[in-house]
Amino acid sequence: MNGLHDMGGMQCFGRVEEEPDEPLFHHEWERRAFALTLALGAGGCWNIDASRFMRESLPPSVYLSGGYYRIWLEALQQLLESRGLLSEAEMSSGQAQSMSKPPAQFRRLSGESVDALFSRGWPSTRDASSPARFAVGQRVRTVNSHPATHTRLPRYARGRVGTIEAVHGVHVFPDTNALFQGEQPDWLYAVRFEASELWGPDTTASCVHLDCWQSYLLAEAATKPNDSPV
Amino acid sequence: MKQEDESGRINRELEARVNALESLLIDKSLVDRKALQAILDLYENRIGPRNGARVVARAWVDPLFKARLLSTPDEAIASLGFTGRQGEHVVVVENTAEVHHLVVCTLCSCYPWPLLGLPPGWYKSAPFRSRAVIDPRGVLADFGLHLPANTRIQVWDSNAEVRYLVLPMRPEGTAHLSEAELANLVSRNAMIGTDIVRSSADGRGSQA
Repeated sequence: MNGLHDMGGMQCFGRVEEEPDEPLFHHEWERRAFALTLALGAGGCWNIDASRFMRESLPPSVYLSGGYYRIWLEALQQLLESRGLLSEAEMSSGQAQSMSKPPAQFRRLSGESVDALFSRGWPSTRDASSPARFAVGQRVRTVNSHPATHTRLPRYARGRVGTIEAVHGVHVFPDTNALFQGEQPDWLYAVRFEASELWGPDTTASCVHLDCWQSYLLAEAATKPNDSPV
Repeated sequence: MKQEDESGRINRELEARVNALESLLIDKSLVDRKALQAILDLYENRIGPRNGARVVARAWVDPLFKARLLSTPDEAIASLGFTGRQGEHVVVVENTAEVHHLVVCTLCSCYPWPLLGLPPGWYKSAPFRSRAVIDPRGVLADFGLHLPANTRIQVWDSNAEVRYLVLPMRPEGTAHLSEAELANLVSRNAMIGTDIVRSSADGRGSQA
């Protein structure tokens, strides 16, 4: 989705401000919204890509001015309702309805399991079902596409030529996973883009690396012999 | 003071909203109160940038560990115990006199939690997320960091589930320091790339 979350290259937000002695959370509600988001995220009714998609689908004014944990809270409430964990009536009344039951795939995260589960994490790697199409050093071009749904190919790097820098293995594909259309695992590559390819002369970067799933990439003709890397 | 009243009112409303939501979720047995406490204990007390600093210091004193950290980072980091959520797949990028690395997540706020803890506000902010990929030198200047003009700045936009950690250069004049003393010099920002590590002598080391 061409949303406000896709911020790479925008120049209108001013300087980066570091807060001295910044606390981990600024308000008690932020702490609790954080813990609720992680606890329910482990419940099996949605995945991290669906969470990201919900957050980036919030109204731009909320996304920009609400603060980080406000974004998390709004997205969490929408996921709870859309995935059938809470009804609208429950959400607005604050009262549990006796007949409502969570979906069958829901697993409540227990206090005892947090340490083991969180220190293992949720790896996104999967077994390969086909060989990788690209190899380190190969030139590729990113697709020029603008899906109205979730994607992890930022606008600034669409239709651009880069070089495969590393092969990360096969990873869950966020674009389908966010829509509950399956993990559809695909090869993931670190791709190096010369900064001039992305920004022309208006940059102080030397290069920018992005991780690109195979379906974001097209083979590009090999470098001309007189081309030399900057 | 109107603005403070307004933000105070919003925070009170959000406080009430989160309280109501939490109670409802606990009533419905969708959330275990102990799980919430365990999650907060993990991220408030046990995971933070000291973890990453220990990895960096080990790499500085142990060339074999450094080689493993750069070639098989997940295995090397796991040997120190810093595994888990939002650090399942880590790549370590090494700063040199010629190349300085900067890590960002332009699309959200991806960050290596088991190594650095939860990200600071600036890392999640629009100014950083937008400018890091186009004008990293300007961003570093916002942090008071001015690198030589011939240092190449390479940016890593963490848009997948791979998390990036910068291995900063070991400062001059630290040959006499122990591994633990070295770890104390390594700031969180140096492992993101918005700072470098300085020897304590110049007074700007050991900032979290």
